Amino acid sequence: MRVALAFLRGDLSAAGRVVPPTGFTARLTLLTAAAMAFLAVFALALSLATGRLADRWSEALARSATIRISAPAEQMQAQVQAVLGVLSTTPGIASYRPLEPEEMKALLGPWFGPDLPVDSLPLPQLIEVTETAKGIDAEGLRLRLAAEVPGAVLDDHTRWRRPLVAAAERLRMLGLLSLVLIGGAMAGMITLAAQAALAANGQVIRVLRLVGARDAFIAKAFVRRFTLRGLAGAALGTGAGMIAIALLPATDEAGAFLTGLGFAGAGWLWPLVIPPLAAVVAYGATRAAALRMLKGIR
Amino acid sequence: MIELQNVAMSYGGSELLSEMTLKLVPGSFHFLTGPSGAGKTTFLKLCYAELLPSAGQLSLFGSDVRGLGRDEIAGLRQRIGVVHQDCQFLDHLSVAENVALPLNATGRNVNEGELRELLSWVGLRAQAEALPPQLSGGERQRAALARAVMMSPDVILADEPTGNLDWEMSLRLLSLLIELNKMGKTVVIATHDLNLIRTAKKEVAARVLRIANRHLQLAGADL
Repeated sequence: MRVALAFLRGDLSAAGRVVPPTGFTARLTLLTAAAMAFLAVFALALSLATGRLADRWSEALARSATIRISAPAEQMQAQVQAVLGVLSTTPGIASYRPLEPEEMKALLGPWFGPDLPVDSLPLPQLIEVTETAKGIDAEGLRLRLAAEVPGAVLDDHTRWRRPLVAAAERLRMLGLLSLVLIGGAMAGMITLAAQAALAANGQVIRVLRLVGARDAFIAKAFVRRFTLRGLAGAALGTGAGMIAIALLPATDEAGAFLTGLGFAGAGWLWPLVIPPLAAVVAYGATRAAALRMLKGIR
Repeated sequence: MIELQNVAMSYGGSELLSEMTLKLVPGSFHFLTGPSGAGKTTFLKLCYAELLPSAGQLSLFGSDVRGLGRDEIAGLRQRIGVVHQDCQFLDHLSVAENVALPLNATGRNVNEGELRELLSWVGLRAQAEALPPQLSGGERQRAALARAVMMSPDVILADEPTGNLDWEMSLRLLSLLIELNKMGKTVVIATHDLNLIRTAKKEVAARVLRIANRHLQLAGADL
C-alpha cells in the first residue's frame, strides 16, 4: 500500500516530468475510464440485485404448496383424512398440516372484514404442504389426488418461480461476464492510448535511453500517468454511477421484483472496489505496452 | 576501455565495416574521419551499444557487448557521454533540466551549484531557463555536450559536433573537448573537417582514425 502511494505521489518528481503533458489523450483516457466505471457500477448492481432476487425466489420455493379441498360439509372431514393419507405416502414432502379456522379467518379478513362467520360458510379446507429441497412430483400427486379425492386441487403456486430463479441466476452470470468484458475493454483502450502516447514520445524515450535511463524508469514515467488517469476516471464514473443508482425511483416489495436494481446495505461498498481495480488494469496494460515498446529501442 | 577485435558490421547482408581492431585507452584523443556514409556514425553507435557487431569481439569497459542486458547497457551509457550532430532534447523541459537529465533519470540528486558551473563552462548560463527549440545550432551542441559530461563520464563520443557550426563556434566546442581530455576523459570525435583536426593537433596528442574501404586505419602524420 505504501509502495502504491509513493508510486502515485511521485508525479511531480523526475519520472513524471520527463513525459510532456498531453491534454487530449489525457482527457480521453480519463473519459474512457469514467464511462467504463459507470457501466461497471450498473453491471455490478445487476449482478448483486439478480443475486438477491434468485436467493429470495429460491427461498420462496422451499415454502408451501397448497391443497384445496372443496366438498360438502358432511364429506369434508373424510376427504381431508384421505388427502392427509395420500400426503403421508408422497415422497418429497417435508411437512403438511390443515389450516385452522382461525388462520382461514385471518386470510379472508382483508376481503370480508373481521366479523366473518367462518364456521357458517361453505369454505374449502386448505392444507399447507412444505416441500423438501428435492421437491414433489406435482403431476403424480395431482393424478393420485384426482383418483382418490376428487374434490382436492393441488396448487403448487411456487412452481412458476423455478424458471424465474434460473433466469435470475443466468442474469447474474451475464452481469459478472459484463464486468469482465468491461475490464477487458478498458485494458484494451488504455493500451491503445498508452501506445499512442509512447509512439508520440519516441524522441523522449530515445533521449532517456541515450543518457542512461533504465527501462523501469522510462516505463514508470508513462505507467504512473496512465494509472492515475485510470484511477481518477474510474473514481468519477463510479461516483456518478452510484449517485444514479441511489436516485432510482424507490419501489415497494412487489415492484422490487422487476426494478430492484441497486445495492442493499453493505452492497454499497462493492462499487468502491472499481476505481482501484481500474487503476490495476491501467497499470498492467500500460506497463506491458511500455516494456514491449522499449524492447525495440536499444 | 573500448576494445574491438576483428569487429564487423553489416546491414541487410552487405558489410559496411569489417575487420576493425582497435583499443581506445583512457585519456586518449581520437578523431574519426572518412567520407560521408563510410560508417563513422555506425562505428560510434557500436561504441555505446546502440548497435551490436555482426561479427568479432567488442568489449566496453571489459565486458562483451553481446552479453549485456538492457539495464547493463543503461549503466554503460552513464559512463559514456554522447553528442550527436542533431542532438535531441526533451523539448518541454528547460535547458538546465535537460542538462541535469542524466542525473534525474538515474535517480541522483542534482547539485545546483555544479549545474550552474557546467552551464557557465559551455556558455549557456543565460539560456538556462530557455527551452531547447529556442536555442541556436551552436547552443544546442554545447547544451548536448554539457548533458554528455554531466555524469562525469569516462568516454565522450561526439558525432560531427561541429557539422552545423561556424568556424568560431567550432573552435569553442573543440576547446571544450580538449579541456575535457586534459581532465583525463577519453574523447572520440567523428568529423570530416580537416581544419578542425589540424587545429586540435596543435594542442593535444590527437590520433586520427580513418574509415576507408570498409576498414578502420590509423592515419599517419600526413595531415
